[in-house]
Amino acid sequence: MAPQTMFEKIWNRHVVAEEQGELLLYVDRALIHEGSSHAFAALAAHGRTVSRPDQVFAFNDHYVPTSGRDKGVDGIAIPEIRNMVLKLAANAKEHGITLFGIDHPQQGILHIVPPEQGITQPGLFIVGADSHTSTHGAFGCLSFGVGASEMMHVMATQTIWQRKPKTMQIVVDGMTGFGVCAKDVILAIISQIGAGGATGHVIEYAGAAIRAMSMEARMTVCNMSIEAGGRAGMIAPDETTFAYMANRPYAPQAKAWDDALALWRVLPSDAGAAFDRIVQIDGTQIAPMVTWGTSPEQALPITGQVPDPRDATDPTKAAEIRAALDYMALDAGTQLSDIPVDRVFIGSCTNSRIEDLRAAAAVAQRGRAKVTAWVVPGSRTVQRQGEAEGLDRIFKAAGFEWRDPGCSLCTAINGDQLQPGERCASTSNRNFRGRQGTGGRTHLVSPAMAAAAALTGRLTDVRQLPGK
Amino acid sequence: MTMQAFTTLNAVAAPLDEPNIDTNQLCPTRFNKVPRGPAHARILFHDRRFNVDGSEKEHLLNVEPYSGAGILVADRNFGCGSSRESAVYALFEFGIRCVIAPSFGDIFANNCGKNGLLPVVLPEATVAAMRAQLRTHPGAKITVDLHTQTVTDAAGESHSFDIHPVRRKCLLEGLDDVARTQQYRERVDAFEADYRAERPWLYRRAS
Repeated sequence: MAPQTMFEKIWNRHVVAEEQGELLLYVDRALIHEGSSHAFAALAAHGRTVSRPDQVFAFNDHYVPTSGRDKGVDGIAIPEIRNMVLKLAANAKEHGITLFGIDHPQQGILHIVPPEQGITQPGLFIVGADSHTSTHGAFGCLSFGVGASEMMHVMATQTIWQRKPKTMQIVVDGMTGFGVCAKDVILAIISQIGAGGATGHVIEYAGAAIRAMSMEARMTVCNMSIEAGGRAGMIAPDETTFAYMANRPYAPQAKAWDDALALWRVLPSDAGAAFDRIVQIDGTQIAPMVTWGTSPEQALPITGQVPDPRDATDPTKAAEIRAALDYMALDAGTQLSDIPVDRVFIGSCTNSRIEDLRAAAAVAQRGRAKVTAWVVPGSRTVQRQGEAEGLDRIFKAAGFEWRDPGCSLCTAINGDQLQPGERCASTSNRNFRGRQGTGGRTHLVSPAMAAAAALTGRLTDVRQLPGK
Repeated sequence: MTMQAFTTLNAVAAPLDEPNIDTNQLCPTRFNKVPRGPAHARILFHDRRFNVDGSEKEHLLNVEPYSGAGILVADRNFGCGSSRESAVYALFEFGIRCVIAPSFGDIFANNCGKNGLLPVVLPEATVAAMRAQLRTHPGAKITVDLHTQTVTDAAGESHSFDIHPVRRKCLLEGLDDVARTQQYRERVDAFEADYRAERPWLYRRAS
C-alpha cells in the first residue's frame, strides 16, 4: 500500500459512503456551546432528534461571566446573555447530552475541557460548532469547526458530508530561542503563509521544534490553524501525547488502554507519504511576535516597526496597510515596543492552559501591572491547579485580576469587552476589527509577552524585561 | 425539507475591495444570539454601517443602488474566521444571494451552500477587473447562472466557474442534506457496529 499521511489514515477509517466524490464521514465526537442554539432551532424546526447523544458534549463557555460566579446563572444580569446559558442547559437536558454547565466542577472552554477529560483522543474525528475546534488535532485526531447547518446534520445523523481537503505539511526545524513560545511559532507561520495560506488544506505540523513541544504548546499551534485558513491542524501522537492521555477520566483504562495504544501508534504519517504542499520554517529565526494590524497575518517580531504603506510593492497592499493603521490608530515607522496598551488579557482557547498561566506568572512576579490586566483560566481544572501552585497569589500580588473560566474577552459576548478605542495586548487568536468589543484594538501576543506588556504599559520584548 | 433554491440571478453587484473580510465584520459577535430572521438584514456589516446611536455611517451598502444589491464582488479570503452561520443569515436577509471572490474561508463557503447562497470562485485578476468595472458603472448588474456555471459581467463577458456536482444539485433543487443521509441509515448502522466493536472505550461514561 502506498505511504499514507496521518490525515488520510484517519479520514479513510471514517468513510461510510460516497456520492460523486462527496464522502459521508462518521463523527466520533461533536462539541457544542451556547451559540449552537441555531443548530437546535433547525433540529426542532424539522422535528428531528439527536442521533447519538452520548457522542455530543456541551459547554457553557462563550456566555458565562468571569466574575461573580458564586451566584451561578442568577449572577448574569443581562437577560439575553443569561438566556443563552439557560437555553444550552435546556437543550442538553432535552436531548440527553453531557453538559459541562456553568456550575460544573470541570466547566471551561470547549477546546480546553475535552483534552483535560480525555474526551479528545488520537485517531478520532471530532466536529465542533466553533472554528477553533482545530485545537484538538494536537492529539493526532482530525478535528474541525462547522456552522449551524452542518452541526444540525451531525447531531441528527452522527455523520457529515465532506469533500477531501488537500494536505499541507509545515515543518518547523531548529529549536526556538529564549523567550519564544508556541504562540510565536504559529504567529510566525501565519505571517509567512498568510491568513488564507492554508485554505482548503489540513495542516500537519512536524519537525524538531514541534516534537519538543508539550501538549499545551501543541494545542496552541493547532488552535490557530484556522487563522492561516486551514480548517484543521494535526500533530502526530507520540510518547508526550500518551503520557498526557493516561488516566484522564474518559481515556481508555487497563486492557483498553493497550488496545488503544496499538491503534494510536500506527497513526503517524508513513515515511514518504506525499503532501500537496510542504512549508519549511526555521525555528531558530523566530522571535517573540506581535500583531500590528487587523488580520492575524499582520504580525512582526517585537523588535520591528509598524509597516509603512509607502514601502508596499503594489497599491492594493498599500491600501490594506493604510486601512489597518487607520483602524489601529498607529503611525508608520513606530517601534512596536513603543506602542502603549490600555488593557491586557491572558486567556482564551489559544492560551489559557496551566503552562500559559505559569509562563505569564513567571513574568508577572517581576513587577507590578501598570494597566488593567486579566487572567482568565480556560477551565475550573486549570483554575484549581493554578491556585494549588500559587499562581493566583502571584498574579494578585502583581496587580492582575484572577477571574473565573470562560471565553471572556476573546469573543467578548459575555459582557467582558473593550471600550471603543481601547488597545489590548491579548493572548487570544483574532485581532479582527471589533473582535474584543466595538472599536477595540487588539495586539495578539504570547502569555509571557502579555504579562510583560502589563508591567510596562506598552508592548514589550519579554527578553529585554529587567529582572526584579 | 428544503432550503431556497438557487438557479439564475440577475442583480445589482456591489464591489468590496477589502481582502480578509472576516465573519465578525459580516455579523458582529453580539448579534450571534439573535434568532434567524429579517432582523439580520440590518446586522450585515453592522458596525461598519451604523454608529453606536443607530445612525447610518458612510458605507457602500447604505446607499442606492447598492442598498438593493443581490451580489457582492469581494476580494481574497472572504468570510474567514469564526464559523458563525449568522454571517450567512445576514447576507441572505440583506438580499445577497451570491458572493464572487478569488477565495473564501472554507467554513463560510460551506455555510453558504447550506442556505441557498452561492459562493463563486474566479481568478484574482478576473474578480479585480469585475470590481473595477462596477466602480465605473455603479449599479451595473451581473448575471449568475448555476445551470451553465457561468457569470456574465457588466460588459457582457462570460466567465465559467467550478462547483462540486453534489453541491450544485443541492443548490439547484434546494435540497437538505439530512434527507439525503437518511438513505444511508443502514450503512451508518453497520459502520457503527464495526467501529464500536473496535473501540468500545469510546462509549462509556467518565471514570
